Amino acid sequence: MGTGRTAQPAATATLLVAEKDRVADDVVALTLVEPGGGRLRDWAPGAHIDVVLPTGEMRQYSLCGDRFDPFAYRIAVRREEGGRGGSAWLHDSVRTGRLLPTGGPRNTFPLVPSEEYVFIAGGIGITPLLPMLAQAEVLGARWTLHYCGRSRASMPFLDELGRHGDRVRLHPRDEGPRLDVAALVAAAPAEARIYCCGPVAMVEAVERAGAPRPAGSVRAERFSAAQQPAPVRDAPFEVVLARSGTSLTVDPSATVLQALEGAGVRVLTSCGQGLCGTCETTVLEGRPDHRDSVLDAADRAAGDCMLVCVSRACSDRLVLDL
Amino acid sequence: MTTTSLPAHVPVSDADPFAPDVLEDPAPLHEELREAGPVVFLSRYGAYALARYAHVHAALVDWQSFPSGAGVGLSNFRHETPWRKPSLLLETDPPRHDAPRVVLERVLSPRALRRLREQWAADAHLLVDELLRRVAGTGEFDAVPSLAQAFPLRVFPDAVGLPQEGRENLLPYGDHLFNAFGPPNELVARGNPHIGRLAAWVDAQCAREVLAPGGFGAQIWAASDRGDITPQQAPLVVRSLLSAGVDTTVHGLAAILHAFAANPEQWRRVRAEPRLLRVAFDEAVRWESPVQTFFRTAQGDVPLPGTVVPDGEKILMFLGAANRDPRRWERPDEFDLTRDPSGHVGFGMGIHQCVGQHVARLEAESVLTALLERVETIELAGAPVRHHNNTLRAWESIPVRVRVS
Repeated sequence: MGTGRTAQPAATATLLVAEKDRVADDVVALTLVEPGGGRLRDWAPGAHIDVVLPTGEMRQYSLCGDRFDPFAYRIAVRREEGGRGGSAWLHDSVRTGRLLPTGGPRNTFPLVPSEEYVFIAGGIGITPLLPMLAQAEVLGARWTLHYCGRSRASMPFLDELGRHGDRVRLHPRDEGPRLDVAALVAAAPAEARIYCCGPVAMVEAVERAGAPRPAGSVRAERFSAAQQPAPVRDAPFEVVLARSGTSLTVDPSATVLQALEGAGVRVLTSCGQGLCGTCETTVLEGRPDHRDSVLDAADRAAGDCMLVCVSRACSDRLVLDL
Repeated sequence: MTTTSLPAHVPVSDADPFAPDVLEDPAPLHEELREAGPVVFLSRYGAYALARYAHVHAALVDWQSFPSGAGVGLSNFRHETPWRKPSLLLETDPPRHDAPRVVLERVLSPRALRRLREQWAADAHLLVDELLRRVAGTGEFDAVPSLAQAFPLRVFPDAVGLPQEGRENLLPYGDHLFNAFGPPNELVARGNPHIGRLAAWVDAQCAREVLAPGGFGAQIWAASDRGDITPQQAPLVVRSLLSAGVDTTVHGLAAILHAFAANPEQWRRVRAEPRLLRVAFDEAVRWESPVQTFFRTAQGDVPLPGTVVPDGEKILMFLGAANRDPRRWERPDEFDLTRDPSGHVGFGMGIHQCVGQHVARLEAESVLTALLERVETIELAGAPVRHHNNTLRAWESIPVRVRVS
């Protein structure tokens, strides 16, 4: 994939766009498959993948297909007017048959067990919730979905949602009053888990209303939240191995693991995708650019370890305990 | 034994993988099954066997076609009542598997274990120093009780937060549990009279109030306070630690101690290059495969090379045979530290891959690092004796002789 200056180290799978469908005004759904027809990595509701843009930047899209199908991912993309160009590129330039570098999936919005769920979606925020509804069905849990949008025509997947009857409540803005999410959250049964994905204002209203509830009752994802940036550096960096004193240079086109292997340093790996944690390596100096699915925010902030199969460096130099 | 007629186009074997002679030395059966074909029908149990690496690996990762919810032993939970409440990890499929797995993965992650590293290293040094003092005259000891059992029993129950009393129940409980994945043979019969008492003790240790603050057990309960799992799930997740976290690491440690005692030149190599240690443990797990087999159950009619496994039939995956498949490994029967064992299926693969693998690696690293500092050579001082278990490849005794440096 020698595409010039852009490093694509975090792209852990190149997927093929098998289908592209318009599913609402300004929303397309892409079906992605492994080019060889093989299994894709497992995921659970709430998971997202990174799509690497030609600029090397990444955008996160929730998986909104069927996790029981190991051969296809589905994502849905709303064209963001005034956005930074990622959604426009996917809408206008990406056609079926195109290969897309991707990363993940990773899951920061998992569905926790409960006998009752209240789902609240705003616009394209329906995407992570769709597989959650399917899962709630499988589990036999009680659930309702409140789905807000500008108009029916702008709200994707209404056809799929139709089969759920009155458990799905639609709130198109052009047909009635704005949903009072605070009242909705206040009225939810004490044991219910409340999941919300939508614009920042909606998420904040839900979180405010949910504040008195027990810890973990309200779980939200902002679809406009900070995007994972492109790799921090597109220049080579130095990796120093503390135990042997060896120094290596990691080029933009190589992973740290590849550079280590190239230098004859053996690191045990398993998944090679930043998922399992087997290659976790202690960082003694320098700041890692974490690109894995394993470390949480606190681990990342501590900066004392990294998964060398996918993660890179922010600093010019990393010293590893190898 | 759900199948009465033999399936077409599949080699049939009437071998008993759980017979004493096979448990003593499974290699001949493994080779026979691998060479007979990608899928072999085990007529004695009405189950389909996979023994080649590629097919075992494929079945392990395909949780959709080969789910675990009907049990990972011979017993089929579609028709039979499990002897204990099914595990939320081992014997559960997505979506119910998701949350308990996420919680336990976090509790046992390498970074979570980092806070134990120093303590376990110190414990290992104490254990090794005491042992070497005790055997100072001859340098001879039995590595199974002295190290392979002693170390996990010294550190793991503390890490979980178990009380002191009753810890002797852990090994026999695990031994029976892993026997019970096989057929109801003599090994199971021997454990049956005691299992009620052992299981009651294990279940009682899973309660919140029994578990010491800060330990793995308390962290699992804390996850239930956060709503990540339910309070009903928490004790069963703790039970998984006590079920799968003790015997397996004992036999993993025994495997690597035996591997070095039987291959003294590899000990010289790792002494010269101590950072081979981490790879050494995984190579030992590949070579020995302490967990030899697990079953799955066909979900729908599942096509496999040359046949279709009918819905609801059991599939037996031979992890030990896959880890020595010459199609995947060069010189598979050699314990060789120059090999890259990555990708072995000794910890399984896919969504059920051993969640405690980092614990096992840290235990091994702790013990072996302490040994490396003190022990110049290690060799067998007598014939090692196998411990038979329907699922585990285990040692009863490994007499060794060491020369202290």
